[in-house]
Amino acid sequence: MDIVSYVTRRLFYVIPVLLGVCFLVFLIFNVVSPDPTISMLGKHATKSQILELRESLGLNKPLWLQYMDTVKSAFTFDFGRSWSTKQEIMEMIKQGAIPSLTVTFPAFILSFFISVSISLFVAFYRGSFLDKGTVFICVALMSISSLVYILVGQWFFAFKLGLFEISGYEEGFPYFIPYVLLPIIIWIILGVGPDVRFYRTIMLDEMYQDYVRTARSKGLSETVIMFKHVLKNTMVSIITYVVLRIPFLILGSLLIESFFGIPGLGGMILKAVNSSDFPVIKAMAVLSAIATIVFNVLTDVLYVVVDPRVKLK
Amino acid sequence: MSVKEQESKSLWNHAWDSLKSDKMTVFSMGIVGFYALIALLSFSGVIVSDWAKEVGDSYGAPSSEHLFGLDIFGRSVVAKTAKATEIAMSVGLITGLFTVVIGVTLGSLAGYFGGKIDEFLVWFYTTVSSIPQIMLLISIAFIAGKGLFTVYLSLGLTSWTGLFRLIRGEFIRHKNREYVQAATAIGGGDTRKIFKHILPNVLHIVIINFSLQFQFAIKSEVILSYLGLGVQGVPSWGTMINDAKLELARGVWWQLGAATAAMMVVVLAFNILGDSLRDALDPKLKGK
Repeated sequence: MDIVSYVTRRLFYVIPVLLGVCFLVFLIFNVVSPDPTISMLGKHATKSQILELRESLGLNKPLWLQYMDTVKSAFTFDFGRSWSTKQEIMEMIKQGAIPSLTVTFPAFILSFFISVSISLFVAFYRGSFLDKGTVFICVALMSISSLVYILVGQWFFAFKLGLFEISGYEEGFPYFIPYVLLPIIIWIILGVGPDVRFYRTIMLDEMYQDYVRTARSKGLSETVIMFKHVLKNTMVSIITYVVLRIPFLILGSLLIESFFGIPGLGGMILKAVNSSDFPVIKAMAVLSAIATIVFNVLTDVLYVVVDPRVKLK
Repeated sequence: MSVKEQESKSLWNHAWDSLKSDKMTVFSMGIVGFYALIALLSFSGVIVSDWAKEVGDSYGAPSSEHLFGLDIFGRSVVAKTAKATEIAMSVGLITGLFTVVIGVTLGSLAGYFGGKIDEFLVWFYTTVSSIPQIMLLISIAFIAGKGLFTVYLSLGLTSWTGLFRLIRGEFIRHKNREYVQAATAIGGGDTRKIFKHILPNVLHIVIINFSLQFQFAIKSEVILSYLGLGVQGVPSWGTMINDAKLELARGVWWQLGAATAAMMVVVLAFNILGDSLRDALDPKLKGK
């Protein structure tokens, strides 16, 4: 099968999945959820006020029409307006994506290089005390709640030592840097544990392959084997693992953003949760699902492109 | 000449031997056992039933009497941490069981029956796993309202996808094996084949997954508590860590410290245990 028909077929499968995502979101927010108008208007709202609000939010339409609205928004990217700020949701998302990316993008690139370097290093000295110690530290780092890193980092490095801005954000290229430094560092620390563990595992997998033995018996040095052979081959798995993370970069980190006052998408989701802003939560759920699906297809395609052994099915 | 009969060891015997021989694993099992004991004692009211009692000044510093100091209402942080252990262990256990029931049921149905059932369940799985877990978690927790039940429900409903994929794959591999064909030949029905024959052969995956799910649930409880969707009225490690938002600036670190340490030790133990279980039970992955 050639790549074009493979991609087309995969993209066709996106449609039923997207309909399913819409259905889940619809089920949660339009069917199961308690009436949002009560929390929006407060306890003392009169019956007519509630009815009026339900009318204007489109909540008294038949359920199947409400589902059609959800589906339509997923395919047209028109999610309407936020209930609390009355802004266009797509506009809010466009505004929020950039601050999110100023944190996650540099953090993503840096943590990639840091984690790959560490795992190359420990895979090279596999079985040694250094290797075991690093793996243990990784697991220990993963055992602490992410909230603790944020709280302690903000309190100690920003508040006590005054090395970074405690919270806030400024737009424009050089101005945002002092605000995003600490969030970036925390993001990297949060990722380094699981990443190193994963990369190390797949590197060790490669190291016991026949071609490594061949290379060694040819008399190649361990360094050459490590960088030219093992790294190159593990890159296939690493790249596919990393690409799947990209949708989450745009989503930002909910906790980090809300703690450091970064006006990104993660913070926006939290605000929407706190103000019962259903359309925003629904839009973010649908959009992040679309991004995940698209990047899943992309990963599979990439896999085929970089690794000729993988056959299309 | 008599041949000395030697009983052959099952996978489980081998696994147990291998687990026993590793000191870290035995130590981790001890820790998990200790936490389980505290949780049980607290649940049955033998210890810390008076955690809510005021025993000193607000934000009293750690002393020989109160090892980890006191919280805003003058309650002992040690007692709160112990009470929160009960909550954490219940969150791990119940969401772990939730995950196992959903994941194994759907996974075995999809893998065993194939065809339309498989297509439908795979579609359902793809749909659920397309929405980032944190989004789905927040959405469900938000709708279900605050409280411990919400923590169980939202984590249980969002965490089964990984287990589903594994179990489905294993059932597809196993259903055409000779031993299952033999079961068919002697008249075994579908239910018998699923429960009696295939399931015991994939049980190790369930156990490994359960141990990892347990610690994931404990960690997620903190995030739900931060969002205000977590446990209410009883202390949990999440709410204790979350309280530190206001406490740290006043130099009160003990509540954060106690909850973080308590959580780290048990999560670390579950991580190590999960890895050793995988090494011991899944020979294909040996050495990874």
